[in-house]
Amino acid sequence: MDKTVINWAEDGTLEALTFDIGGETFALEATLVREILDPLPVTHVPGSEPLVGAVVNFRGRVIPLADLRMAFGMAHTPPGPDARIVVIEINLDDEPVLIGLSTDRVNEVTSLSRQDAEPPPELGLSWPRENVRTMVRRAGDVLLVPDLVRIFGRCLKGAGDTADFALSA
Amino acid sequence: MSDQDEQITAFLVEAEDVLDQTEQALLDLGSNLGNGDLVDAVFRGLHTIKGSGAMFGFNELADFTHKCETAFDKVRKNVVPATGELVSVILAACDHMRAILAGDANESRGRAILGNLSEAMEAASFIDAPVALPQGQSGWHLTFRLPPGALGTGAQPLSMLAELADMGDARVMALTDAIPPLCDLDLGEYYIGWDITLVGPISRDQIEDVFLFMADDMDMSLVPLAEEGAMSEVQTPTPAAETSAPVADAAPAPAAPAINVPALPDHAEAAPADSGPRGADPMARQAAAMAETVRVPADRLDELMNRVGELVIAQSRLSQLAGLSDDLALRSVAEEMERLSGDLRSTTMVLRMVPVSQLFSRFRRLVHDLARETGKGIELVTEGETTEVDKTVVERLFDPLVHIIRNSCDHGLEDAAARAASGKPASGTVRLMAHQAGGQVVITIADDGRGIDTARVRAKAEAQGLIDPNATVSEQDIMQLIFHPGFSTAAQVTNLSGRGVGMDVVKRTIEMLRGQIEVQSRAGQGTEIALRIPLTLAIVEGLLVRVGQQVYVIPLSAVEECLELSGEDDRRSRGRNLLTIRDRLVPFLRLREMFSPNAVADLFQKVVVVASGDTRVGLVVDQIIGSHQTVIKSMSPLQHQASAFAGATILGDGTVALILDIGHLLNVASPKEERLRAAG
Repeated sequence: MDKTVINWAEDGTLEALTFDIGGETFALEATLVREILDPLPVTHVPGSEPLVGAVVNFRGRVIPLADLRMAFGMAHTPPGPDARIVVIEINLDDEPVLIGLSTDRVNEVTSLSRQDAEPPPELGLSWPRENVRTMVRRAGDVLLVPDLVRIFGRCLKGAGDTADFALSA
Repeated sequence: MSDQDEQITAFLVEAEDVLDQTEQALLDLGSNLGNGDLVDAVFRGLHTIKGSGAMFGFNELADFTHKCETAFDKVRKNVVPATGELVSVILAACDHMRAILAGDANESRGRAILGNLSEAMEAASFIDAPVALPQGQSGWHLTFRLPPGALGTGAQPLSMLAELADMGDARVMALTDAIPPLCDLDLGEYYIGWDITLVGPISRDQIEDVFLFMADDMDMSLVPLAEEGAMSEVQTPTPAAETSAPVADAAPAPAAPAINVPALPDHAEAAPADSGPRGADPMARQAAAMAETVRVPADRLDELMNRVGELVIAQSRLSQLAGLSDDLALRSVAEEMERLSGDLRSTTMVLRMVPVSQLFSRFRRLVHDLARETGKGIELVTEGETTEVDKTVVERLFDPLVHIIRNSCDHGLEDAAARAASGKPASGTVRLMAHQAGGQVVITIADDGRGIDTARVRAKAEAQGLIDPNATVSEQDIMQLIFHPGFSTAAQVTNLSGRGVGMDVVKRTIEMLRGQIEVQSRAGQGTEIALRIPLTLAIVEGLLVRVGQQVYVIPLSAVEECLELSGEDDRRSRGRNLLTIRDRLVPFLRLREMFSPNAVADLFQKVVVVASGDTRVGLVVDQIIGSHQTVIKSMSPLQHQASAFAGATILGDGTVALILDIGHLLNVASPKEERLRAAG
């Protein structure tokens, strides 16, 4: 699967929302973001992929709550005081899908510059390289731009590389 | 969307309706050839399609329909009797009209239909018509002037003249006396009057039909040629007003009373709707009948349902707050709100329900066609058509039912000779029945054909390697094999069925609807296939239970009983997960172990016994909370692996509860199902 393209503006910038998960700072196209919510009551879904192991009530719709830690090999931590849910909408298999991302902290909407972007290095990563589209250096920090289509595409039916998980008595 | 596009869309929707109604009338007529009301209904339908088609620029449609209408008019006038052949041709013509509307009409097909039509008319005309051809009808003298502004509303005098000229020998004269001097001439007005002498066996109705769209304001006189001169001119102010008057059939056209009478209901019916600008227009009549119904796109209904769901949640929060307060006024408002939102929710929930007659009526045509194709006599009997089902369910049931009915007609029913040999009536019967059973609707398709030959099914299955020749397989399991992909016992592949596709599609679709299929068949006596489908995909009446920390919903329709799991039972059952309920062994599942293995079990666990068909299973839960009716939300495609759940729902406090998929849990618990899977 090719990496999902980043739509840099003509002047080489990108409006992005930055948020923290498990000690890393992520950046995501602001156009994908639908809403930022305070933590909601969570319902666990037994049998689903751990990445999307829960659902929440988002304005009368039931949407999966995703824990990106699972895609980046991070340990699970209970939500802290700054925890927020970032509701995003992405296209999977040509269908718009709403997903809530649980984050430790939402920072800001900022403008990223293409000049600061570079592909993730081949070595020395603690997470799967293909889960990140690009890394952006910014004020001595590094922002990860995750490839959500790739990360969540694996959870879809017939995506092949999912574990054959079934409930049994 | 522009105004005109909107109008065309509305026309297309309406034309589809009219075609459906016409088709139903034709099918009724097919089994009741002498019924004049049905003949009229078909004629009205054709006429409406022609008229409105021309108005919206569907000239090909108007032209084609006009030819059918002209032919059918002879039936209406009792010149030619209705025959089965004729009904079939007009049915085919209706299909062609649909094709024209859809934009994929084949012109040669249209010509072929018209050819068949004239053949059918020819054949029918040799049969004695119930009423003899009208005699002594020599013709009419007609003068008319269009009302002011008629061109602006789309009147086409030339096409009217052409239509009149089609009826017989016409001598047309223009009346130019009203044309003003050039300086006063309004380009948008039509000043020419027409004086026409029509010779031929033409009825008054036929002529009036031409002016149907503007009869109201028109200046027109219509006098039988025979009377002209003998009588002073009979003024007919407007045809609709005239025929709706009590003396209508006494005054004009004494020459042809037999013709006017059957057509009279047509106009009498139009009269009450006469207030509109085009009172006698059949479309207006249609609109009056349709005024009770509003078409709403399904997604708007879903949207409404979501909003109501949110309202109910907000309302329950309000009730909670009011309960804590001492303010009596607030409490009374909260109670009022609770009642109103409850009413609103139930109203919203029935909005999506439609009677299955919508679905069943579509099969009359299918069976009619199948009967002709196979040469078998097939009768379709429907029962329980008022049973209401969710709109989406109705739509998705269509394809599976087509497959099943085709199978019944093609494989199930024998030909007349074979039926006679086994002492059955010559024509076979397919019964299509619906009834509601709890939260489910049961649709049964039964035929009185030869039944499923289990020996043949078995032999075929063995040949295909689906089952082991030595295996013991029950009759019921063998019958389920007909739903296996690629399985067909028809020795010969026909146009109808036998390709082995179909029945597996049926099974898959029904499973997607969370339904079940039951097959019963007795050799020589027929087959009965029952589809059990939840009434709706949108609403569930559920039993709320708690397992660990979370609340789950069990569809109430599947719940048989609730018991306490005594500590003794609990200990005794360890390791084999079987429970004795009234001397029957029931397997059970400990939901807590499946859903939240880390939680500590409650001291007094409960067992909810759920069943589907003959299979029962107990679900061990920590607490039974109560019942709850709510809107079903589907699970995100990202969570398809959570196969124990059929969906989710939002509880009164705004949290999400998961709905258990009983079919899946039964599969997990039931050894019989596993065996079947191994066999299949």
